[in-house]
Amino acid sequence: MSDTTVAVGRSVPRREGGDKVTGRARYTDDLAVPGALYGKTIRSTVPKGRIRSITLDPAFEWGRVTVVTADDIPGENVVQLIRDDQPVLARNHGEIRHREEPILLLAAADRATLEEAASYIRIEYDAVPPVFDLDKATELFSSVEISKGKVLEDLEDLEDVEVVERSFRVGLQEQLYIEPQGAIAFPEPGGAIRIIGSLQCPYYVHRALKRALKLTDKQAIVIQAETGGGFGGKEEYPSIVAIHAALLARKAGRPVRLIYDRHEDLAATTKRHPGVITHRTAVRKDGTLLSQDIEIVLDGGAYCTLTPVVLSRAAIHAAGAYACPNVRIRARAVATNTPPNGAFRGFGAPQSLFAAELMVEHVAERLGVSSVDLRRQWMLRLGDTTATGQVLTESVGSELVFDAALKAAPAVRPSDRPTVRRGRGLSLVFHGSGFTGSGEKKLQGTIGFEALADGTFRILTASTEIGQGTKTIFCQLAAEALGVELDKVILAPQDTSLVPDSGPTVASRTAMIVGRLVQEAATEVKERLKREKAPLRVEKSYIQPDSIHWDETSYRGDAYPVYAWACTIADVDVDMITGEVRVIDLVTAVDCGKAIHPVMAEGQIEGGSLQAVGWATIEEIKMKDGGYQNDRLATYLIPTALDAPRIRTILVENPYSRGPFGAKGIGELPMDGPAPAIIAAIHDATGVWLDEIPATPEKVLSACASR
Amino acid sequence: MHEVSYLRPKNLADAVRLYRTTAGCRLLAGGTDLMVMLHARTLRPEPRALLDLWSLPELKGVRRVNEGLEIGAAESYTAIIRSPEVQRDLPALVAAARTIGAAQIQNRGTLGGNLANASPAGDTLPVLLAYDAVIVTDRRSIAIDTFFIGYRKTALQPDELITAVRFPLGRQVEFRKVGTRAAQAISKIVMAVSRSPARVAVGSVAEVPLRARQAEAALERGDLQGAVAAVAEDIRPIDDVRSTAVYRRAVTQNVLRELLENVRSPRT
Amino acid sequence: MRFTLNGTAVSLDVVGTHRLLDVLREDLHLTGTKEGCGEGECGACSVIVDGEVVDSCLVAVGQVEGCKVITVEGLADGGRLTALQQAFIEHGAAQCGICTPGMLLAAHVLLQQARHLSAADVREGLAGNLCRCTGYTKIIDAVLACTK
Repeated sequence: MSDTTVAVGRSVPRREGGDKVTGRARYTDDLAVPGALYGKTIRSTVPKGRIRSITLDPAFEWGRVTVVTADDIPGENVVQLIRDDQPVLARNHGEIRHREEPILLLAAADRATLEEAASYIRIEYDAVPPVFDLDKATELFSSVEISKGKVLEDLEDLEDVEVVERSFRVGLQEQLYIEPQGAIAFPEPGGAIRIIGSLQCPYYVHRALKRALKLTDKQAIVIQAETGGGFGGKEEYPSIVAIHAALLARKAGRPVRLIYDRHEDLAATTKRHPGVITHRTAVRKDGTLLSQDIEIVLDGGAYCTLTPVVLSRAAIHAAGAYACPNVRIRARAVATNTPPNGAFRGFGAPQSLFAAELMVEHVAERLGVSSVDLRRQWMLRLGDTTATGQVLTESVGSELVFDAALKAAPAVRPSDRPTVRRGRGLSLVFHGSGFTGSGEKKLQGTIGFEALADGTFRILTASTEIGQGTKTIFCQLAAEALGVELDKVILAPQDTSLVPDSGPTVASRTAMIVGRLVQEAATEVKERLKREKAPLRVEKSYIQPDSIHWDETSYRGDAYPVYAWACTIADVDVDMITGEVRVIDLVTAVDCGKAIHPVMAEGQIEGGSLQAVGWATIEEIKMKDGGYQNDRLATYLIPTALDAPRIRTILVENPYSRGPFGAKGIGELPMDGPAPAIIAAIHDATGVWLDEIPATPEKVLSACASR
Repeated sequence: MHEVSYLRPKNLADAVRLYRTTAGCRLLAGGTDLMVMLHARTLRPEPRALLDLWSLPELKGVRRVNEGLEIGAAESYTAIIRSPEVQRDLPALVAAARTIGAAQIQNRGTLGGNLANASPAGDTLPVLLAYDAVIVTDRRSIAIDTFFIGYRKTALQPDELITAVRFPLGRQVEFRKVGTRAAQAISKIVMAVSRSPARVAVGSVAEVPLRARQAEAALERGDLQGAVAAVAEDIRPIDDVRSTAVYRRAVTQNVLRELLENVRSPRT
Repeated sequence: MRFTLNGTAVSLDVVGTHRLLDVLREDLHLTGTKEGCGEGECGACSVIVDGEVVDSCLVAVGQVEGCKVITVEGLADGGRLTALQQAFIEHGAAQCGICTPGMLLAAHVLLQQARHLSAADVREGLAGNLCRCTGYTKIIDAVLACTK
């Protein structure tokens, strides 16, 4: 690169890379805090019922520990999110809606005292029968209906039409960030509380903390420590951890560390929503797609968390990356008595796209045509209209990624092991970048940008680095816009007392939405510096372009500013005597608009793809009495390096005019495509269609046997 | 709550003496199971001391003894995998050791630990059964097929410690483990098979690693189909977090069929 | 008890059954070694003991008496990154970074023990270290880049 001020498109070293490879990076549990107490959460052991009594056995000397109950909450006993249904702590004689529901908090000078104290707490319950079955769940968290054109029954000229109906089921999945949840709370002068924690969204925690602890904006200070992965799992749950730590710190008058171990993290924190998706698709014999009728039921678990937004994204993506004149999507999310489900990379879209993609396969099979050809016939192209009536006006990469993946995939060779059959499957998906509908307009994410007197520049944003590269790409965008060397730009710490609210680090919005604000702010500062002297500061807030229209009540209009596209080809080996499935090769072509940092973009896609491989094959959670049986890393298994396929990523650059230098969001997209491609590949290998993931050896063998 | 003390014996005789005289003492080798339980406080009864056998030279090494091969009870799987003698004489043991955990676990896990722990899913245990291994302790030798007496119960006396495992030579054993993933997995089923003498040993299908006696009898008669049919009667699989009884029964039969074919026509 | 830690002799008064992991993090304040699961499944706590990679959550500190222990803090030589650390940065092998210390130590041992490494060898050698960010592709690339 001759011009060192060209920053965008270069795979520069990660900002915090040096710290991460030397052990200097400080994650929450790495912070030494003199005098800090250790915290612990006491949780319910029944999935549904009422607390009959809480007894602190007088045989223990309770002066040795700090005990917090619901009565110690100074503000409202609510974890602030969408609905006010989730309590910070269950009350004595109050309702229990899931196992592992927090009831009491303890803090002590050492862990042994905590364990000892916990053994002297007796909680009795009046248990009532829990609901786990989606068909029997009566409480609704939300529902969505999308309709375009007519329903099948109202269509005319239905001779010569095939109708294919099929149901699909997807399971729970744990985010499994390698650093468990954790926060440290510090009581500060003036009744303030400072939180340092492992989190994606500092202002979510800030809002939740203010409400539960009755704090002012200034009294609640939330700082992100280096964070060891999130994947959505650290979107909403850290609010609970932070409030708990803060309550203990407030009562004890000392800092409190509340760091989950892996067992507690797996047992208590949110998972990907499981669900059932049913399709009824009508096509003409020539393959013309006539109508899609889709029903989605997601299991929200015990409390609402972000479920309505997850359901919304699931519904909007449910018709797949295809143009259909008549679409009806009816989606609902119900309450059960499992621990609450919540945000997880893809946010409902992987669930509904799994069904949509397999439906293409089933229709192709019924028509006796190639599913690759059928996709080419159906795929959304420039000028086409989506299920919500959104006309795609630019950056539609469907055909580009389709061709790129097909071209890159090598010929399939048979396995050399006699009991193993090899197969190939393909998927085509799209994923909306940024918040759904009017989300960005309502949020008006704001950043600050400073030109400092020493000639350097500082970006102030609450968008967090959780491994995906925020720290690096924001600096690249700013340097490029300013035309300065990369090392002239720094990012201010993610501390709510310093930075404005640029919104949560979720929804494939950081690079595209917040990144664009960085670019615009840097451009403005560059202009102003022609007339003014540093130091100066600008703030930039998101302004919804006039061309974007969304009607929240009818679910019509521009659901997302733009979509990213991916085509994935998976090759799998199926051992016919054991049902074991190994994904051996994965080719994925992704339309990312513009790769700001190609290596990091590939890294997002490869990591997301493997997470999807795990979801599709081995990541399974079995329930027992409302709890997860797979509550340790010895039983909840994710892919190792030996299980991971070779992943080949092809970045297709198809710029989006309002993205920073053309970039679109791709954080979630790679979670969408691999699962249906893998199930199609298993069919190619064995002749058997699975309707449910994960495709465990037990399911594969049983399906093959009953064929 | 009390601290668990750490005892480091000077030599094997010292270890034997300490183990007999220290109340509440548990043996520690590579720690791959014990340290997990110690930290989670799930050891029952709660131990008061750990006696560390890890670095006793008497419990290390691979050596020729009479007509067999002897492996020290505290020798690591990594050393077993790397040993030219084990590679030559006991390839099925190498194959089994390579499926245990990954590098970190193979560097610390030991045969003595796998035996004393007596998990029905212990990956080396079917191999030991198929080889008719002999367990050498500080006081006697125990035939492996009398060693596992119940769920995680062994024939060891309360103060008896395993010093080595002996293997006869010249036996062809085939091994296969079926787990959820390619590394770091506890088995759904694990099997080792010898054609002559007839040995069919299976793990994760009962409360103990077991020899499928009816399958062996059929095999002894040369009735391979009969062995595959009979093995389903020999095992007592259950549904648990890792698999189902139905799957385990079917796959035990399928894997036995595959391994018998391999024994018949050894791959070059 | 005494052992050598990152080339320096260490003398400590600790209970020998404490986990090496806790002694490193809490007594010696070397927090580069991470705890991901506490049961030998994730490899985030990997350290090198006498040339072999182990999970420090499974090692009683008494067991490293007289041993040579290397943690991530001991890899770089006086602030100068090793070729492997450099390759991790260049290839994008570290994303969130929480598995990185353990991954580096497992890879370091692999590179020291083998003259030639295939991609399959690297996969097998790193199978005890879970990563949820990268899909392992870039990690394998980084390690292989150091074999040339």
